[in-house]
Amino acid sequence: GMRFLLLFSRQGRLRLQKWFTPTPEREKKKIIRDMTTMVLARKPRSCNFLHWRDLKIVYKRYASLYFCLALEDQDNELLALEILHRYVELLDKYFGNVCELDIIFNFEKAYFILDEFLMGGEIQETSKQIVNRSIEASDMLQETMEEYMSKPAF
Amino acid sequence: MPAPIRLRELIRTIRTARTQAEEREMIQKECAAIRSSFREEDNTYRCRNVAKLLYMHMLGYPAHFGQLECLKLIASQKFTDKRIGYLGAMLLLDERQDVHLLMTNCIKNDLNHSTQYVQGLALCTLGCMGSSEMCRDLAGEVEKLLKTSNSYLRKKVTLCAVHVIRKVPELMEMFLPATKNLLSEKNHGVLHTSVVLLTEMCERSPDMLSHFRKLVPQLVRILKNLIMSGYSPEHDVSGISDPFLQVRILRLLRILGRSDDDSSEAMNDILAQVATNTETSKNVGNAILYETVLTIMDIKSESGLRVLAINILGRFLLNNDKNIRYVALTSLLKTVQTDHNAVQRHRSTIVDCLKDLDVSIKRRAMELSFALVNGNNIRGMMKELLYFLDSCDPEFKADCASGVFLAAEKYAPSKRWHIDTIMRVLTTAGSYVRDDSVPNLIQLITNSVEMHAYTVQRLYKALLDDISQQPLVQVSSWCIGEYGDLLVSGQCEEEEPIQVTEDEVLDVLEGLLVSNLSTPVTRGYALTAIMKLSTRFSSVNRIKKVVSIYGSSIDVELQQRAVEYNALFKKYDHMRPALLERMPIMEKTATNGPTEIVQTNGETEPSVLDTKHPPPVTQPANQVRANDLLDLLGGNDVVPVIQTTLPTKPASAGGELLDLLGDLSLTGIPPMTAYNKNGLKIEFTFERANPNPNIAVITIHASNSTEADMTDFVFQAAVPKVSRHSLELILKCLIMKHSRVNSLFNQNCATVF
Repeated sequence: GMRFLLLFSRQGRLRLQKWFTPTPEREKKKIIRDMTTMVLARKPRSCNFLHWRDLKIVYKRYASLYFCLALEDQDNELLALEILHRYVELLDKYFGNVCELDIIFNFEKAYFILDEFLMGGEIQETSKQIVNRSIEASDMLQETMEEYMSKPAF
Repeated sequence: MPAPIRLRELIRTIRTARTQAEEREMIQKECAAIRSSFREEDNTYRCRNVAKLLYMHMLGYPAHFGQLECLKLIASQKFTDKRIGYLGAMLLLDERQDVHLLMTNCIKNDLNHSTQYVQGLALCTLGCMGSSEMCRDLAGEVEKLLKTSNSYLRKKVTLCAVHVIRKVPELMEMFLPATKNLLSEKNHGVLHTSVVLLTEMCERSPDMLSHFRKLVPQLVRILKNLIMSGYSPEHDVSGISDPFLQVRILRLLRILGRSDDDSSEAMNDILAQVATNTETSKNVGNAILYETVLTIMDIKSESGLRVLAINILGRFLLNNDKNIRYVALTSLLKTVQTDHNAVQRHRSTIVDCLKDLDVSIKRRAMELSFALVNGNNIRGMMKELLYFLDSCDPEFKADCASGVFLAAEKYAPSKRWHIDTIMRVLTTAGSYVRDDSVPNLIQLITNSVEMHAYTVQRLYKALLDDISQQPLVQVSSWCIGEYGDLLVSGQCEEEEPIQVTEDEVLDVLEGLLVSNLSTPVTRGYALTAIMKLSTRFSSVNRIKKVVSIYGSSIDVELQQRAVEYNALFKKYDHMRPALLERMPIMEKTATNGPTEIVQTNGETEPSVLDTKHPPPVTQPANQVRANDLLDLLGGNDVVPVIQTTLPTKPASAGGELLDLLGDLSLTGIPPMTAYNKNGLKIEFTFERANPNPNIAVITIHASNSTEADMTDFVFQAAVPKVSRHSLELILKCLIMKHSRVNSLFNQNCATVF
């Protein structure tokens, strides 16, 4: 199963961190440091796979954001590239031509979308439409509340 | 009281900060405001404040004071609150916090909520970061929910069950009933997560594995439908229907087919179908092919299928896409042992990958290349690998050098080739060679008797060029010390012998002693080499001078050696020739390969003169064979010896010592204890010498079991009237058990009369 997913900019600023196994805070910071250093140091036309500790790291750059996924030994690296791509597609559908700013200003939405696609280190839903519909419905619940209170929740 | 600033507003503000300090100031101000808001137990804006806190947490700032607030949000009735609360819990809480457990009740309630999206939140949180205690407490709820027909919930609950099993494996049994008809689901999300659950159970329990083997036909059918079905917009990825599900099914088939002939046969056809029909123009198709290959190689597939799989990997190697080349090399590495011949067919492609620009690919290609080396391709492969060693990044050199040595040792077509290969590695990657290679190489060189002159000549020439690479320098010094006589007498047959004088050789060795580039270990090698040349060269005076100078060296190791060698010159000169004579063929102490040769400080000096680590006599007397007497490489075990060898004599003469030993049985005379008093024990063992059985070898073991040193130990042997030249006493070494002997020469040596 997947261990963690990190999104960071070309300057190494973290935009999203999803941990699929319990990890102490200090360890998280170290991992983030290691990942950003390693991935940002890669030459432009290298392959998208790295080895780190006992994990396989799959990374891909989309515009100004690096998507970095940690896999266990039996996970399929080529499929992991498809997983990353699917997530980007979901974000793109939701935000419309998604860019880094969308993820910065709406990070909680990025998490909500992720939580409809993946869970506990495994793929939860393989249909794009179903994920989109779930998010729309959840958003609707939230909006109903906000209408009721006549102000944005946050 | 003004409403707290909104989340997006805060983000915008923080991003205007031009320096880290400015940002920190803004954050601190906002945190203070949030803290006071929390203190006031403000329900309306708690959600907003926690959201802001989560943003600041992502920037790297502490947010622990928000942990309890997350719990309050989770307990709230508002969906928005719960959404942020659960997100906060997943980001800020981990199982180490006690607060974590307080979530349990909230989650339990939300698992039974009327709104499926609330249930979903609870399931997601539990399935992501539920601790073992939480899992134990809530396993019953999870099991209950597994029965739901709501596909949105089913897929989440299933993955939640997977998490529970991972955290508390003993609970696996309780989910077994729910797995009935698991695969009759039509919904892909549910189907996918069900396959994940089945996989988890089968991996953890052999009983479950046998139980679920009956699902193979069903899995095969589902996979077949996925491949054969037409375009399905909901699950299509570049013309392939639900690749995620396909890969997951292939993985489960792998586990079910492993070590089971029937299951493997049942999936044979579908695997062949997937392998031949999958579109390979895009990554997604190759992802499926990759998984298929892994499955074929792991189950008991028929040979035709295996060859098909290896050929797919071979084609992967030629793919433009680096990622695909990389996974091909990784997979081939896994299969090279079991399908060696099939992988050999792709050897040239693999070797080409050594020249790839990508570092990850190069490493895999190197590992695979070494795995493919055998007696038939050694010359060609070594050429490529040595070329790789020349030009590769430093991070590879040590591993590559070790690999070359190993391969050369196993498959060298000739001794000359072997020495040349070693030379090539030492001169091109000398600084990266591992320390333990030095004694291995010395042993190899020693045992290639006919190559000594050639080897020492080449090593000498290499030293003239470059003295910076320590392993090279150490091996060279040792060889020059050992074979220096061959060097100056110009005996080389393999190539044009060089003209070099004794003084020139000594110049080089002395140069090593003074050079900044030499490590202390290297200096030790050099000094000992110089000493050994005193019995091979005629310029003894020069050597004496060098040795006496280093008697006051600051380096303790060097000083000790010099002092001992000095003593050898002054007091024990008659022993010097024997002590410094040519090393015999060394036997390996273990059969596991070169790295098993025992040595502690990288030295292979005759331990005769190395008393830094006086070891106890651990070898029981009757295990010593004749050759072992000279096996001074046996780790720290230095065997004390006084060896008696007798030349052969015609059998007709009577009364010779030989006759007394004439009835030595093949197993020899049993060992005897000659003396055992006051802690001093002397044992004699008797053996026929090997290879000359007419020589009897008597080994004397003296051991001291007291806590004190025994000094002034004098050994005297009285022999019957036998001409002295028939009796050769060679004092090699004498050590004392339990004693802290600082110098060999505290004792008087044996005299014979």
